[in-house]
Amino acid sequence: MEVLFLQLFNGISVSSILLLIALGLAITFGLMNVINMAHGELIMIGAYSTYVTQNIFMDLFPESMFGWYFVLAIPVSFLIAFVIGLILEFTLIRFLYGRPLDSLLATWGVALVLQQLARTIFGAPNVGVTSPSWLNGGLTVLDGVVFPYKRLFIIALVAVTLFIMYLYIYRSNAGRRMRAVMQNRDMAACLGVSTRRVDALTFAIGSGIAGIAGCALTLLGPIGPSLGTYYIVDAFMVVVLGGVGKLIGTVFGALGIGVTSTVFEFWTTASLGKVLVFVCIVAFLQWRPRGLVAMRTRQLDS
Amino acid sequence: MQLRTLTPQRIYILIGYAVAATALFCAPLYLNDFRLNLLAKFLAFAIVALGLDLIWGYTGILSLGHGVFFGLGAYAMAMYLKLEASGGRLPDFMEWSGLASLPLFWKPFESFGFAVAAGLLIPALLALFLGYFTFRNRIKGVYFTILTQALVIITTTLFIGQQALTGGTNGLTGFSTLFGTPLAGEGMKHTLYYVTAVLLIAAFVLCRFIVKSRFGKVLRAVRDGENRARFIGYNPAVYQMVVFSISGALAGLAGMLFVLHVGIISPSMMGIVPSIEMVLWVAIGGRGTLVGAALGAILMNAAKSVFSENYPDAWLFFLGLLFVIVVVFLPKGLVGLFSRITFRKREESEEHEAAAAISHPAVRAGNG
Repeated sequence: MEVLFLQLFNGISVSSILLLIALGLAITFGLMNVINMAHGELIMIGAYSTYVTQNIFMDLFPESMFGWYFVLAIPVSFLIAFVIGLILEFTLIRFLYGRPLDSLLATWGVALVLQQLARTIFGAPNVGVTSPSWLNGGLTVLDGVVFPYKRLFIIALVAVTLFIMYLYIYRSNAGRRMRAVMQNRDMAACLGVSTRRVDALTFAIGSGIAGIAGCALTLLGPIGPSLGTYYIVDAFMVVVLGGVGKLIGTVFGALGIGVTSTVFEFWTTASLGKVLVFVCIVAFLQWRPRGLVAMRTRQLDS
Repeated sequence: MQLRTLTPQRIYILIGYAVAATALFCAPLYLNDFRLNLLAKFLAFAIVALGLDLIWGYTGILSLGHGVFFGLGAYAMAMYLKLEASGGRLPDFMEWSGLASLPLFWKPFESFGFAVAAGLLIPALLALFLGYFTFRNRIKGVYFTILTQALVIITTTLFIGQQALTGGTNGLTGFSTLFGTPLAGEGMKHTLYYVTAVLLIAAFVLCRFIVKSRFGKVLRAVRDGENRARFIGYNPAVYQMVVFSISGALAGLAGMLFVLHVGIISPSMMGIVPSIEMVLWVAIGGRGTLVGAALGAILMNAAKSVFSENYPDAWLFFLGLLFVIVVVFLPKGLVGLFSRITFRKREESEEHEAAAAISHPAVRAGNG
C-alpha cells in the first residue's frame, strides 16, 4: 500500500516535470511545427536566471528576505527566456518556418553555442541553488509515506501554468489569433491578423515556459550548462505521444510516460525501464500514429 | 552510351574522381603514421556519411540514430578483438564485474567472419525493424527523427547500464592483435588504411549504383512527393525500409573500421552528439550528392582535429554557428556552393524549373 502510494506520487511528480518541459515544446513544436532543439538550453537559461536571482538576493537583501527569492525567480526566469526566445525567433527561426527538419539542425547549433556561452560565463562545473526554507520538509500522508513539499510545489506550479496557458490560448483574443494563424495562416492573414507578430509572440511564450521549467528544476538538484539535454528527448516523446495541436494531449502524454517509466523502473532497472517505455511508445504509435489526441483534419499530409 | 554523354563537365568530374582516388592510394607515401591513422578514421566516417546521404539526401528521411548503427558495428568488431586480446580467458572487465563465464551471446564473436557479419547485419536488421514499425504506419518526417533520437538515448543507457556485458561507460578497449598481427604495427596500419580506402570506394560505387538505378528514382520520388509515389502504385514504406537498412549497414561497416583504427568504442561515441555531427557532415558537404557527403565528413573531421586541439572552447562556438549558417544559407552545402560558382548558368535554369514546379499549388499542398 505504502509502496503503491509512493510510486504513484513519484510517477505524478516525474510527469509534472516532463509536462512543464513539454508544455513549451507543445507550443513551439505542436502549434508552430518548429523543432526547437535549443529548448533544453532555454531551460538552462531559466535555471541560471534563478541562480543569479538567488545570488542577488544573498548580496543585497537581509537574510530574512532570502526565502522569498524563489517567488521572484519564477517571473524573472520566464522573462529572460521570453526575451531570448524573441531574439531567437527574430534572427533565426523565422527563416525556418515550414522546414521542420532544418529547424532541428539549426537550433541544435544554437544549443551548442548557448551551452558553450553558459560554460564561459558560469564555468563548466554544476552550481547549486539553495532552495528556500519553506520548501524543505514534506507532507506526511501515512506512516512512512512523505510527499516532499518541493515536489508538491512543482506539481502546483505545473497546474497553475497549465491553467494560465489554457486561459491564454482558448479564452483570450491573443490566443484566438494564435490558433487562427496556426490552423490557417493565409486565411488569418487575409482577415488582418499580423502573422509575423503572432509567430514571434508564440515562440517567445513557448521559450518563456521553458524558463519556468528551468526555475523548477533548480529545486531538484544542482544545475549545469548541459542541464537541458537530459530532458529534451523525453519531452519531445511526450509531445509525439500526446499528439500535436492540443494541450490536453500533452498532459496525457506526460502522465503516460511519467507513470509508466516510474513503474517499469521500479520493476526492472533504470536502463531496462527506459527501453521498455520506448517499446511501449513505438507500440502505441502503431495503434495511433498521430498520438493520443490528434487534430481532426482531412488534409492528406499534415 | 557513356561516350555520348561525355560533356566537358563530365570529363572534369571523371578527372576529379581519378585525382581523388590517386590521392587516397598514395596517402601513405606523404603522410606520417599519426596523420594516416587520422585520415583512415575520417574515411570510415565518410562511409557513414554516404549511408546518411542515401536516406536524408535522396529519400528525405532524417535519421539522428546513425550513431547507434555505427556503434553496433563497432561493438561487434570490438567484441571479436577483445576476445582475441584476452586469449581464451574472460575479458578483463567481465572479471571485474564478477562474471564467472563468458555470456552466451559473446561466444560466436570468437569467429572473425561472424563478427563481420554481425557488424553488418545487426544494424541493418535493427534499422529494418524500426523502419517496419514506423514507415508502414506513415510515421515520418519529424516524428521519425524524434523516434530515432530516442533510440540513441535508450541504446546508450542500455550499454552503460549493462556494465558486465558491454564494459559500461568505459566501453571496449585494450585490443592487441588482429589475426595474430599487432594492430599498432606499421604494416598493419597501412593494410587497414588500404582496406578502408577500398571499402569507401566500394561503398561510393554501391551508393552511386543505387542512386542511378530505377530504385534510386523511386527514392527521389518518395522524397519529393510521397503520396504521389503511392498513388502511382509504389509502396513508399518498402523503399524507405530497404534504404534505411542499407544505410544502417553502411554505418555498421564504418563502425567496424573505426574500431580497427582507433582501438576503442564506448557509449559516448554512439550518443546523441556524434549522431547529430554525422548529419552535419552531410549537410555541410551537400546533401543529395554523394561526393558532397563523403567530402563533408573528411573535411569536417580534419577541421575538427586541427581546431579542437588548439581551441577547444572556440570550436564549439564555431560548430554551432556553422550548423546555423549552413542550414539557413547553404541548404545544398559546399558542393552546392561550388557548383553554383562553376556551373552557374546550368544551375540557374535548373533552379528556375524547380521553383516553377514547386510553386504549383498541388505540389505545395502535397508537401506541406
